[in-house]
Amino acid sequence: MEGDAPVVIPGVDGSNLVPSVVALDPIPPEGGRPTVTVGNSARKALIETPERVIYSVKRLMGRGLEEIQSELKLFPFHLAGDVEAGEVPRIQLGELRFTAPEISAYVLRQLKRNAERFFGAPVTQAVITVPAYFNDAQRQATKDAGRMAGLDVLRLVNEPTAAALAYGLDRAKVGTIAVYDLGGGTFDISILKLRDGIFEVQSTNGDTHLGGDDIDNLLMAIALDEIHAEHGVDMRAHPSAVQAVRKAVIEVKIKLSTEAIAHFDIELPNGDRYQREIPREVFEQLIEPVLNRTAGPCKQAMTDAGITPEEIDEVVLVGGSTRIPAVRQLVDDLFHLAARGKKPHIELNPDEVVALGAAVQAAILAGSSKSTDELLLLDVTPLSLGIEALGGTVARIIQRNSTIPASATEFFTTGVDGQTNVAIHVVQGERELATDCRSLARFDLKGIPPMSAGLPRIEVRFLIDADGILHVTALEQRSGKAAQIEVKPTYGLTDEQVESMILESFDHAEDDFAKRLLIEARNEAETILTAVERAPQSPAWAQLTGEEQAAIAAARDHLNAVKLGEDSSLIRTATLALDQATRRFAELMMEAAVSTALRGKTMDSANEELGEAVTAPHAMAPAEFK
Amino acid sequence: MFKVLDSAVPIACWSCSIGHNDSTLFCPHCSKIQPPPGGDYFSVFSLEPKLNLDLPALEREFHRLSRRLHPDRFARAEDIEKQWSLADTALLNDAYRTLKDPLRRTEYLLKLEGAEIGEEFSGMGRKDPSRVPADLLEEVFDLNLQLEEMRMARNMGQSDPVLEASLTGAKKKFDGLVEAVDRDLRIEWKLWDEGDEVARAASEKRMVAMIDRRRYLSNLVRDVTEILGA
Repeated sequence: MEGDAPVVIPGVDGSNLVPSVVALDPIPPEGGRPTVTVGNSARKALIETPERVIYSVKRLMGRGLEEIQSELKLFPFHLAGDVEAGEVPRIQLGELRFTAPEISAYVLRQLKRNAERFFGAPVTQAVITVPAYFNDAQRQATKDAGRMAGLDVLRLVNEPTAAALAYGLDRAKVGTIAVYDLGGGTFDISILKLRDGIFEVQSTNGDTHLGGDDIDNLLMAIALDEIHAEHGVDMRAHPSAVQAVRKAVIEVKIKLSTEAIAHFDIELPNGDRYQREIPREVFEQLIEPVLNRTAGPCKQAMTDAGITPEEIDEVVLVGGSTRIPAVRQLVDDLFHLAARGKKPHIELNPDEVVALGAAVQAAILAGSSKSTDELLLLDVTPLSLGIEALGGTVARIIQRNSTIPASATEFFTTGVDGQTNVAIHVVQGERELATDCRSLARFDLKGIPPMSAGLPRIEVRFLIDADGILHVTALEQRSGKAAQIEVKPTYGLTDEQVESMILESFDHAEDDFAKRLLIEARNEAETILTAVERAPQSPAWAQLTGEEQAAIAAARDHLNAVKLGEDSSLIRTATLALDQATRRFAELMMEAAVSTALRGKTMDSANEELGEAVTAPHAMAPAEFK
Repeated sequence: MFKVLDSAVPIACWSCSIGHNDSTLFCPHCSKIQPPPGGDYFSVFSLEPKLNLDLPALEREFHRLSRRLHPDRFARAEDIEKQWSLADTALLNDAYRTLKDPLRRTEYLLKLEGAEIGEEFSGMGRKDPSRVPADLLEEVFDLNLQLEEMRMARNMGQSDPVLEASLTGAKKKFDGLVEAVDRDLRIEWKLWDEGDEVARAASEKRMVAMIDRRRYLSNLVRDVTEILGA
């Protein structure tokens, strides 16, 4: 929060977004554990070493073996071979194996570092957002990931709710809001009532595997089939070529949000070129089935909230995929917007709005900002909680869309004389049969005093907390003994496993915050020093005055002198000074880069390169572009 | 479930140790949050058990209490305060969810009064034939046959417009019957709220029957809606 407004913290690369791409770097020649790269800088590994990269790990969080297997058909990464039933599946990344929470922890750790760099102080607590339709296991896996990353997770906030919070902050409004959130891997719809600063979620629905990835996979399947048919190349045998196609597919998809037509032009491993035009109408026809899958959840959410489209005052769009014009058209149709002279809210960047909302929620929890003092978020559980009853049917004990925290108390007894334990199977979902629902956990109530059948009376209390996570306690009423509960989560890591992963994931050198700041400061210093060293070879160097050249040299010498010291702030100041001294040189180079770019390339790609250059870490950075 | 406890029993505050009436959410002496008080859902909102409620007032009270009790307000508090905030808010939410919905409120009050009511959301007994309202036996039988036929047609990928029209008609009729039960229930609310013990006991009996009938009807309507929407 900056004053009363949330802001997004940029990373070292200047970008506000850290894509959830995690790459395992090659093992260093001297041996030891390979390091891990996260975010934009991991992206290039997608093409260079696809077998060492994983993305969209969110889709794998809290999922069992079978679910992951079906999910992975569409992705280039693989499960580790020797998975045992009941274990959390691991993904093979190069020579190592990781569970989904561990991968996610790497992303969170990167964000933690970015924040620490920004504040110049350790960051230990966090609010993490999750898709509203995440089930208990997916939420628990997210919390585990936070712990592994060294974060105390104060709250899990549902993404659409966070978005509403970001939008609602500066407008004390009364009304009904629908948040339509179509991201890379998940879809959520939430309907909220806003009154006197209270954001009360009425209903939520969604699909935790539906998103932009599905559009990419659809287009990819078509492209790969066409390449096979027309050029006789089976791309599936060339993982890095497949990633090149994925990159091209994503570029085409993005371009079609603003242009009427886009082109594929991909070089194939056999030297051929795959070229194809995609007009927007064709694209829209192709993706229609994917987009239509969002309609059902929207209608269900309205039914559950007991409202008609006309009663929705505002619609907020969240997630990168809502930039697609066909998605906006669908939203318009679903909520009768144009007919009522309304437009969806797109003022806040759909990729950032959730993070902004999380910052607002963090301020609410910290009680740190006057503007959030009066705000309160009342969220719901997305799925009904039930227990398996006789005959495999489900007895629902907490209905979906119940405001959380929510609780239910059930009584259990024994069926046989002297029986000392009772097994309870807890499930989540809306189907009639337990086997069709999501198995959450099996509880064994143990230590029941031996009595005649039907005599013990065990009170079991189910509590869903404000994070949407289930807790269970039990009490045998006749003896007054707290029954022992042995929880076997159907999917998920045990506390011990999480603890050991915390230890495994910590590189001890980085454990020490001051040391890490120092390493980062030195790295930044090295980056700019290397660039300065190369500067005299650039034609732009000759355009500088002798004075300017001397100033650069002085700043360089100063940085060289302090960089070996132990004071990170001194190094950082010297780095900034050198950055300042080279500003005019960088501008001259940028101009040269523009004219080169314009000569050889289209306006578009030049803009793109410049766009990246402007957000680069130092003004010297354009030197990195060829 | 929550029993009405004798609220005159003093309980020592976990923080300041001074005794207080157990129905309070905050200690009158040190203002610290207290464990969930005994008492029923109505008492959470300081209400007498009644079937006609002022819903806007209930919502305002729910919001007011949420602001004070919600775990978000205790993020920096001691662990024990966090624990009571969680428990109190769960109770508040459970109470509000039950009382704001006319049907749940009625069922809850009947249960408080000791009436035997099946579990509303139990997956069991959904099509228990013994519970078919006697005056509807024939119609329900026909409807179930039609539903079965429709399911088979759907599974074969066929459409049957005549059957569909007939089911749509049936849905309309049963929707009307549900509404009729709701009207009858509202009349009973007034009778119960204003009645003496004898009148209340008689009303409770009628309401139990009405709720059974309504549940059966709305399950039917749900089945028909499901298959028509498929």
